[in-house]
Amino acid sequence: MPQSKVVADAGAALADVKDGAVIMSGGFGLCGIAENCIDELLAKNVKNLTVISNNVGNSGRGLAKLLKQKQIVKAYCSYVGGNPDLEEQMLSKQVEVELVPQGTLSERIRAAGLGIRAFYTPTGYGTLVAEGKEVKTFDRPCILEEALHADFAIIKAQKGDSYGNLWFKESARNFSPMMAMAAKVTIVEVEELVELGEIPAEDVHLPGIFVQKIFQGGNYKNDIEFLITSEEDNS
Amino acid sequence: MSWTKDEMADVVVSCFEPGSSVNLGIGMPTRVAQRIKPEQDLMIHSENGVLGVSGRPSSDEVSPTLINAGKETVQIAPGASFFDSSLSFGMIRGGHLDYCVLGGMQVDAQGNLANWMIPGKKVTGMGGAMDLVNGARELIVMLSHFSKNGECKLLRECDLPLTGKEVVDKVVTELALFQVKKGKFLLEKLAPGHKIEDLKIDEDILEDMR
Repeated sequence: MPQSKVVADAGAALADVKDGAVIMSGGFGLCGIAENCIDELLAKNVKNLTVISNNVGNSGRGLAKLLKQKQIVKAYCSYVGGNPDLEEQMLSKQVEVELVPQGTLSERIRAAGLGIRAFYTPTGYGTLVAEGKEVKTFDRPCILEEALHADFAIIKAQKGDSYGNLWFKESARNFSPMMAMAAKVTIVEVEELVELGEIPAEDVHLPGIFVQKIFQGGNYKNDIEFLITSEEDNS
Repeated sequence: MSWTKDEMADVVVSCFEPGSSVNLGIGMPTRVAQRIKPEQDLMIHSENGVLGVSGRPSSDEVSPTLINAGKETVQIAPGASFFDSSLSFGMIRGGHLDYCVLGGMQVDAQGNLANWMIPGKKVTGMGGAMDLVNGARELIVMLSHFSKNGECKLLRECDLPLTGKEVVDKVVTELALFQVKKGKFLLEKLAPGHKIEDLKIDEDILEDMR
């Protein structure tokens, strides 16, 4: 039987996170975020964090809770719209923000996890994103983008087993598998902690080799940012 | 009469070949989704990891884990698939997507697009736009023809920070449909009751193709 990575709760899982840590946080907006881990970081009140996340929360929710408590000093993200806390702290220079095109952000994270040091991409060529970066022309001009690493990744999955094999629901997968690969320590919370073998091997979205700690989460809000139904669309 | 937003969306929809794949940006392009007809057989891609988006869920089918790039609840059709962000952007960057429709702040005759920041005033971030403009086979930009101050947003040269260089293929405004080619806006359709002078685009970067 493979080793068990199960820990009791978010407190045990995040015990080693200290001030100044670099943390990747899965999710697209509020979809698929590690709610229990974020609340634990808030309770621990660790400071001077660097976060790598597509949106860094939204309107006081998700990672924006940590922004409100002034725990974040640097953020890598692709989009700050709809996140007034981040926009305000970025403009007042309390948080240093590196805006990264979304596909490049994802690929820089994936590269870190898979041992690729850097790659050339056409994305961002001829824009502010290209400033200071090497340009090389293949069929068209491309810029050199480097891998993005982290100390910790906090990930939420629908199902996971004791080895850390994960299964994500619908579009909640987004950045999580790449972040799990790119961090030194990957911490996963799940809605359902299942027996080994319960996720069929061919349906494993992320193999457990990338996971260091896993726990049964709880009290999920699963917030929806914009609820629009067919009834409203047709009216 | 200028085109309404729905009529603009219809002009965009008329640009799609049946059976193709389409990514719709946030803002004005989301309206395009509602104007697509089932017989067009389009596969709608959402950058957060969905291929096969099909409209809105009914109130008892809503799922917080099924959203589009605008973080709005959506539904999927049979044949749909879910995947991670790297695969999603691989589809985009790898040239597998036929069309992308984005909003814009400015476009110019060289095919440059600006839509992610106004220095000193507003920064939303580029999201997936920089990847989309460089990856999709055809980029259609949907924007209002004039700014709040009445300045034409179709320029000789963008002065806002660019999202992509020489990437725009078509532009749809409430007044007209253009192709962008060889340093010019090529006028393909004009909204009824309008004259070419209403476009306020310099003659040397405008060509009437009708």
